[in-house]
Amino acid sequence: MKKQWFTISVYSENNVGLLNRISGIFLKRHINIESLNVSKSEIEGVSKFTIVVNTTEKWTRNIVGQIEKQIEVIKAYYHTDDETIYQESALFKISSDLLFDERQIQNIIKDSAAQIVTVARDFFVLAKSGRRNEIDEMHDQLKPFGIMQFVRSGRIAVTKSEMRISALLNEFYQDK
Amino acid sequence: METVKEKKTETAKKAIIKISGAEAIIHCLLAEGADLIYGYPGGAIMPVYDELYKFQDRLTHILTRHEQGATHAAQGFARVTGKVGVAMATSGPGATNLVTGLADAQIDSTPMVCITGQVARHLLGSDAFQETDIIGISTPVTKWNYQITRASEIPEIMAKAFYIARSGRPGPVLVDITKNAQIDEFEFSYEKCTGVRSYNPVPKPDLKAIEAAAALINTAKKPYIVFGQGVILGEAEAQLKALVEKTGIPAAWTILGLSAMDTDHPLNVGMVGMHGNYGPNVLTNECDLLIAIGMRFDDRVTGSLDTYAKQAKVIHFEIDPAEINKNVEADVAVLGNSRETLELLLPLVNENKHEAWHNEFKKKYQEEFDVVIKNDIHPTKEGLTMGEVIEEINIASGQKAIIVSDVGQHQMIACRYAKFKQSKSNVTSGGLGTMGFALPAAIGAKMGAMDREVVAIIGDGGYQMTIQELGTIFQNKTPVKIVVLNNEHLGMVRQWQELFFDRRYASTVMTNPDFVKIAEGYHIKAKKVSQRSELKATIAEMIASKDAYFLEVSVEQEDNVFPMVPSGASVSDIRLK
Repeated sequence: MKKQWFTISVYSENNVGLLNRISGIFLKRHINIESLNVSKSEIEGVSKFTIVVNTTEKWTRNIVGQIEKQIEVIKAYYHTDDETIYQESALFKISSDLLFDERQIQNIIKDSAAQIVTVARDFFVLAKSGRRNEIDEMHDQLKPFGIMQFVRSGRIAVTKSEMRISALLNEFYQDK
Repeated sequence: METVKEKKTETAKKAIIKISGAEAIIHCLLAEGADLIYGYPGGAIMPVYDELYKFQDRLTHILTRHEQGATHAAQGFARVTGKVGVAMATSGPGATNLVTGLADAQIDSTPMVCITGQVARHLLGSDAFQETDIIGISTPVTKWNYQITRASEIPEIMAKAFYIARSGRPGPVLVDITKNAQIDEFEFSYEKCTGVRSYNPVPKPDLKAIEAAAALINTAKKPYIVFGQGVILGEAEAQLKALVEKTGIPAAWTILGLSAMDTDHPLNVGMVGMHGNYGPNVLTNECDLLIAIGMRFDDRVTGSLDTYAKQAKVIHFEIDPAEINKNVEADVAVLGNSRETLELLLPLVNENKHEAWHNEFKKKYQEEFDVVIKNDIHPTKEGLTMGEVIEEINIASGQKAIIVSDVGQHQMIACRYAKFKQSKSNVTSGGLGTMGFALPAAIGAKMGAMDREVVAIIGDGGYQMTIQELGTIFQNKTPVKIVVLNNEHLGMVRQWQELFFDRRYASTVMTNPDFVKIAEGYHIKAKKVSQRSELKATIAEMIASKDAYFLEVSVEQEDNVFPMVPSGASVSDIRLK
């Protein structure tokens, strides 16, 4: 089975130690997490992990099964890139001189639809959201001019299909 | 609701009575029916031990000689009773000594709650004396764990711990309690946990899947059942028997499924796996339908997955969704508690005999008997075999004993030849293969089933890993029977060295002490047998003994366990010699 990119979405209780428990599942199988993001979700009190891996579907299914087995995990899913809408964010810190001296930089900013977050005497900061390849492309374009600092976030994603988390939680309360 | 608070309130004329966290822990244990626990005291758990002292008329604490012994004793207790076993330890080294038992309970799905003391909350993260991150350490080997830092959390977390340990697919839970939470007082009330919203312990049976399973069973020509511990944990022994008898399907056990079905039942065809029986392994690759019930297709069962039952359709009855398609793809997966799902399946399956198919198992058994079994249990050579010892125990105990085995050759021999008429009678470390398991596990098994005979079968290697628990047996006068099958080697590793490493016996030769003297040092009746002529009478004497009894049997030093599926080979390539 061939390796591909999968986005694993985990809905869970917001508890200390759960991140350790989840990352341990990857560790045990020697699978590298390419990107990880933890935030609140659309449901009050429910956290959402968005984890990106590059592996086979069989392993991904196995991992998702093990994640879902954890007591505090409500539900876990995996999706291919085609099944999700996803974004990453990046910040570029660049010397302020370049903004005025290099016409090309202004073009890059315009073409990439990047935002100028701040301009200070010594540096300015660009923010760019998009797919990883778009951010990589902008990075490559800016690199020759000198990037003072660069950082990229983990992937955040929503699925095209419906997630039944609220319904699942409701079922629990109805059963009680 | 537990009524501690209410009772106290009455006597104190409605004054609000607060109790310490440590006392609350005792009330939680009692409310969960845990009136027998195993452990070892130390600094960070002392407030709880002080309460144990006050409550000793209601809650028995067994002092083991090492915290690992406490976990295995709790496991042995859990395995024979079906209840949650409890082990307690202090912080730091006390807690880390629990890890092997936790890992063992996790992989063998044994319900256990471990309670550890922890340094006070204000010292967390300061590298205080005996501080260790037991939550971080135990995470991969627990079903759930939690650190309590405030006394008021105790009732809810303890209730949750017991609920999680015993529900669904059982497993170990660790609760770490900081010292301040043991000392601080709070208003106690207790409510049993009945559910956790993010946790669905028992999937609801899907009738469509059960109908699909029945359809496959009713049309199969060579159906074959392999049952595991899921039958015992789900208390589905009667349903399994009814299914086998109605459908006439031959059934084999995994090592942890042993004793779920009478070993002498005509449709019970033996054990699968690396040292299982010949027919059950070979015919796995000839059946047309493999019905797995409460088992997880461990690699010691399947051998090479590429050649495992490829010709067969597979039905997998399983409580844990993560096990479905994990190792073997199922054509039909039936999720749920095995008792519930088999109950639903029973009326849908047709009566059958499958005589010709069953005869194939009989033929294979005869082949195995002639080459292996005969020589194992009725040897003609001079040296004693492990098999004949087990056979004599079967005879002397009337097949009624609980057999607790350690890990290695003697374990395989015990599981191959021990006979059982009653479920929950085979206690062994299956998944983790923990040497040193048996002696402490036998203590817990005996305390969980005082009316039954408990015989520990241990090798000379594993015995010395937890030999200090003889002290626990002596102090508590626990009448367990301990049989050490001494071949002066780490036999199973030596066997592999003989077969696969050109007889290079690297670190597998043991120079052993006088085991009889050691047992006598603990005032345990002890004997050593080296001659066949003494075996029968001595085993009879051991079984008849009202007290603990130690028996060392000198067995052949270089005997091997066969049949054997070499590591990574196909189950049909099982070797008879």
